[in-house]
Amino acid sequence: MSDWGTYRLTDFLMFSRETYYRLFERFNQALWPWQLVLLVVGLGMVALARRRDPTSRLGTVAAVALCWALVAWLFHWERFREIHLAAGFFAAAFVLEAVLLLVWGVRRAHTPPGADRLDPVGVWIMLFGMMVQPLIGPLLGRPWSSLEWFGAAPDPTISVTLGLLLAARGRWPLWCIPVFYALVSGATLWTMKSPEAWLPPLVALICIGRSLTRHR
Amino acid sequence: MDRRTLLQTLASTATGAFLGVEPGLLQTAPLLTRKIPSSGELLPLIGLGTWITFNVGSDPTAREQRTQVLRSFFAAGGRLIDSSPMYGSSQAVVGYGLARLGRPATLFAADKVWISSAERGVAQVEESRHAWGIPRFDLLQVHNLLAWEDHLPRLFAMKEAGRLRYVGVTTSHGRRHDELEKIMRSQRLDFIQVTYNVEDRTVEERILPLAAERGMAVIINRPFQEGALIERFRTARLPPWAGELGCTSWPQLLLQFIVSHPSVTCAIPATTSSAHAQENLGVARGRMPADAERRRLLDYIRTV
Repeated sequence: MSDWGTYRLTDFLMFSRETYYRLFERFNQALWPWQLVLLVVGLGMVALARRRDPTSRLGTVAAVALCWALVAWLFHWERFREIHLAAGFFAAAFVLEAVLLLVWGVRRAHTPPGADRLDPVGVWIMLFGMMVQPLIGPLLGRPWSSLEWFGAAPDPTISVTLGLLLAARGRWPLWCIPVFYALVSGATLWTMKSPEAWLPPLVALICIGRSLTRHR
Repeated sequence: MDRRTLLQTLASTATGAFLGVEPGLLQTAPLLTRKIPSSGELLPLIGLGTWITFNVGSDPTAREQRTQVLRSFFAAGGRLIDSSPMYGSSQAVVGYGLARLGRPATLFAADKVWISSAERGVAQVEESRHAWGIPRFDLLQVHNLLAWEDHLPRLFAMKEAGRLRYVGVTTSHGRRHDELEKIMRSQRLDFIQVTYNVEDRTVEERILPLAAERGMAVIINRPFQEGALIERFRTARLPPWAGELGCTSWPQLLLQFIVSHPSVTCAIPATTSSAHAQENLGVARGRMPADAERRRLLDYIRTV
């Protein structure tokens, strides 16, 4: 239809930046202090990722998969769906990614140790997604109470996942949903004129770039 | 003061007292109105849109703020509120506010049907009505002409059965005007809703004259292009003759340009601010500019 050429990103934005940030504020209030537990789980996951035994290798991926399921249910389905008509689809996509990650985790646990050395750039991106990325929005002016925590909010969870996929050489089907959502999130934030809009797409770009250019 | 003016003034004052608004906040001068051609019913020139602004979910603080906007809107004499199932939680937030205000009797409830399946359209209308918490809608419009061939017969049937007062269709952003024109020529619509503002004036060519010819009321959406026009003129100096028209701000001037077109029935600016809701309605208390004055505004805007 010729009309499609007349649409702009702003035509698809159905809530204000204030409403979006308030969503996270209220989410954080309802979840507290479980965000801290998720952060500890995340840091433990990074430590596990560096171990080579099958249980640790499965545990790392299973923890990330659990976070995807939590974001799908607690954020997209329970909260974001109130103000975004597409949030139900996002929830389904996040559940699918959780399943794909679990399948990958089980298969990876049975590969011989040493067959896939961790890429250190991926590990650093995991730590960045957990410890640094959530702080950037507030440092650029967003309310601290609306901070997005790893394991509960989509963007840091996606960065940690992309870091893990980069570190452990995850296959491309696992990348599709995180990269897609990083672009969606970046576009949403950019349309709302949020200063941190560049962050999710940049993390995805770095991970994809590193994955394509490193020596195997 | 004639009888109609007196009644409007009394109604506005009574509504304000009913809603608990301080008398000082009330502007009791009557609002300028236009007739809905198919019935002769009068509507104030300014209504209230809910796209983005009322989509705040279950946030209790934001819901109370939006209730304040509704309170100011009704207290200042506003009537028409427009929403859609496409606007996320907006319908439910309007419904919350209306319940808190005791469902003002002056409300003119305008909503839309927005679904590709005509069968599910009936259920969607019921869900919308439930969200608003009202016995029936005054106006239902086919949103963005989606499946209009299927929806319009059902809406006309609802009107015939007394479950709806008016039927219309909507477009926005100047899209699908050829199809809209075809519908306007073939259907007995009460309302159309289109985009019109100082930057987007394509409806002046065919749609507005056709609406006048066919006796259709016209609701104007995107009067500020979702705030972009207000942003553009934020630091611009008001024209020196703005005061002559009773305008004290750019939003008022931009709105006045729209509602001073004789074929326009009502514009529906959206806002999250009670003060802005009252400021917008203030336009319907000013003097409507003549053609030459409208052209002067457009000339001035080109220099900004």
